[in-house]
Amino acid sequence: MTEPTETPGEAKVVFPATTDGAIETFAPASPTDEILETRQGMFGVSGTGDTSGYGGLVEPMRAIPPSARPYGGAFDAIADALEAALPTYRQAVKAVVIDRDQMILQVDRDHLHEVAQALRDDPALRFEMCMGVSGVHHPEDAGRELRAHYPFLSITHNRRVSVEVTAPDADPRIPSIIDIYPGNDWHERETFDFFGIVFEGHPHLTRIQMPDDWRGHPQRKDYPLGGIPVEFKGAQIPPPDQRRSYN
Amino acid sequence: MATTYGNSADGFDPANGPASAQERETTEGRVFTVTGNDWDDLVRDLSGTTANERIVVNMGPQHPSTHGVLRLILELDGETVTEVRCGIGYLHTGIEKNIEFRNWTQGVTFVTRMDYLSPIFNETVYCLGVEKLLGITDQIPERATTIRVMMMELNRISSHLVFLATGGMELGALTAMTFGFRERELVLDVFEMITGLRMNHAYIRPGGLAMDLPEGAEKKVRELLRVLPGRLKDVSDLLVENAIWKGRTVGVGYLDLAGCIALGVTGPVLRSTGLPHDLRKSQPYCGYENYEFDVPVQTTADAYGRFLIRIAEMSESMKIVEQCLDRLKPGPVMVQDKKIAWPAQLTSGADGTGNSPEHIKMIMGTSMEALIHHFKLVTEGFRVPVGQVYSAIESPRGELGVHMVSDGGTRPYRVHYRDPSFTNLQATAAMCEGGQIADVVAAVASIDPVMGGVDR
Repeated sequence: MTEPTETPGEAKVVFPATTDGAIETFAPASPTDEILETRQGMFGVSGTGDTSGYGGLVEPMRAIPPSARPYGGAFDAIADALEAALPTYRQAVKAVVIDRDQMILQVDRDHLHEVAQALRDDPALRFEMCMGVSGVHHPEDAGRELRAHYPFLSITHNRRVSVEVTAPDADPRIPSIIDIYPGNDWHERETFDFFGIVFEGHPHLTRIQMPDDWRGHPQRKDYPLGGIPVEFKGAQIPPPDQRRSYN
Repeated sequence: MATTYGNSADGFDPANGPASAQERETTEGRVFTVTGNDWDDLVRDLSGTTANERIVVNMGPQHPSTHGVLRLILELDGETVTEVRCGIGYLHTGIEKNIEFRNWTQGVTFVTRMDYLSPIFNETVYCLGVEKLLGITDQIPERATTIRVMMMELNRISSHLVFLATGGMELGALTAMTFGFRERELVLDVFEMITGLRMNHAYIRPGGLAMDLPEGAEKKVRELLRVLPGRLKDVSDLLVENAIWKGRTVGVGYLDLAGCIALGVTGPVLRSTGLPHDLRKSQPYCGYENYEFDVPVQTTADAYGRFLIRIAEMSESMKIVEQCLDRLKPGPVMVQDKKIAWPAQLTSGADGTGNSPEHIKMIMGTSMEALIHHFKLVTEGFRVPVGQVYSAIESPRGELGVHMVSDGGTRPYRVHYRDPSFTNLQATAAMCEGGQIADVVAAVASIDPVMGGVDR
C-alpha cells in the first residue's frame, strides 16, 4: 500500500534533475501550499449538534508530494525523452509525481501546448492517443482551484503518462490541444460544460451535455447536487447532499 | 414576410392533417420547417423556384435508427450527406456528480447504469480504480478475479449480440434483431441467476464481489457454452455472406488507422484498421495474461469489418469463459482485510436475493467485533487514501477509462468516466460526410455507441 509520506513543517520538494544531472531542491512558498482541502469533524455536522468528541478533528487533504529521480521503471525514460525534446522542459514541467505506478507531469498551462506536441511527435515518446480530459475542482486550493487531468497512451511503447494542468478560478483558461489531439474535441467541451474551464483555441467551445441555456457548471464543488426529500409514511429523508454523512 | 401554412400558427390544421410545413425568412434566406405529413406541401410550394436544395435534417433524438437518443444533424445535398453533427446530452443523468455524495461502495450502483449494455465492465473498471487507490490490487482473491473475467466476457457476448440486433434492425435485417435479442436473453438469464438482476447488477464491488456464485451457476454457464456456438453460427450464417448485408456495410463508414488514432477511437473500430490493439493483451488486468485467446482484426476499416470482428470476438470470449470455468477453485470472493471487505455475502432465498441468515446470526448472536465492523462499513464505509488514479480496461466498445480522485474520505472526490462510446461517436462526421444518407445509419451502427455511456 503506497501511503503518501507526509512531512508537514519541513516540506522540501525535490524538483526533477536538471540537464547536467544536478538535483535542485526548494521549499514551497508556504506550508499550506499543498493542502487541497480541509475536512472538519467526522459526521458532517457543525455547531452544537456534534457531541461525539470528533467535532474538533481537522484533517487536511494534502496533495501527493512530487517525486525525485530516479522515478523507476519506464518513467525515467519518459522524463529523459521529454527533457531532450523540449528546450523549455524546466519551465514547462513544474513537478513530477510518481504515485501508485503512475506518472503525472504537472505542467504549466502556458506550456501545455508544446508539451502535448512533444508527447505526440517525439519518436521516443510517441503518445499517439490522448484519452480525453477530466476536470477536478478544489475550491480551497487558492490560485489552483481548477485542474485538468489528461491521460495519454502510447501504443508504440505501451506506456501511459498523465499531464495535470491547473488554473485559478478567477482566470479559468487552459489552452486547447485539439489541434494536436482532435479526439479531445468533445472532452474539452464536456469539461467546459461541467467546470467552466475555458479551453482557449477550441473552435466551438459550447455546452455538450447540459442544455445550451443552462446556468452554472454542475460538477463544481460549489454547485449543489439538488434533489427533493424522500417521503416515507411518517418520515422524511433529506436529499443526498443535505444528509448527515461521514466526511 | 413569413407565411404560415395551415390555419393556425402552430401548424395544426384539422382539415389537412396534424402538421404542415412552416416557412420563415431568416438571415440565411427562406427556411422551411418540416415536421411530418407535410412533404407534399413543401414540394408544391418549392416547384418553380430556383432555391438551392440545401436541406438540414434532424435525425433523432427519437428515431429508431439512431441507436438510442442520438440526434444527428445532417446537411444534405440531394441524397448526399455534406455535413454531420451529433447532438448528445439527452440521456445525461449526472451520475458522476451523484457519486460524489455516496460512499465508495455505493458508487458501483451508479456506474453500472452508465453504459447499460456493458454494466459489468463499468463496475470492474471502477473497482480496479478503487483497489488501486487503496493499494490492495494484489490482495483480491483469485476466485473473485476469475469470476470477474468470466462475467466480463459473458457481458462482451451479450453486448455484441445487441450490436447485431440493433445494427441489423437499423439496416432492415429484422431476423438478426430477433436472433440477437433472443441469444442475449440466454446470457442475461445467467446474469440473473448469478447477480439477481438482468442489468444494473452492482455485482463487482471494491475488494471482490457482492456474493459468490450460487449453486448450479457453473452448470448453467456450461450449458450456455454448449448452446451458444450453434446459435451464434445461425446469426453469422444469416449475415456474413448475405448479399444485402454486404451491400449495406462493405466499404461503408470507412475510417483508416490515422483517422482512428487522431480521434482517439479504440475497440473494434480501431481493430478494423488492422491494428491489434487490445488492452487485455497490451496492458493486462485481472490476470488476462494467463488466458489463451486471440485478438481478431480486419483490414477493411469499414462497417463490414467491424461486424466480422465482433462475431469473432464472441467466439474468443467463449474460449475465455471456458478457461475461467476450468480454473474456478473454491475460496473467498472478498478481500481478507476486514476494514475494507463488505461484511455480508448475500444469498438467494425463495423470495429473491437478500441478506444471508448465517451472517445475521453471526453478527447478532456470536461476534461483537463482526457487528461493529458491519455497522461501521455499512453506515460509514471505508476511507480511501488521498490520491488519483486512471485505470482502463477493454470494454466491448474500446478503452473504458476511469479517473478517480480521493480526498481521504469515505466518498469519492471526483469520478470521471472516459467512455469509449463518447469518444468514438466523434468519428461520425469523418465516417459519413460525402456518403449517402442511408449509409449514415450503417456507419453509426458500426460504431455501436450506447447513449447511456455517452451522456452518463
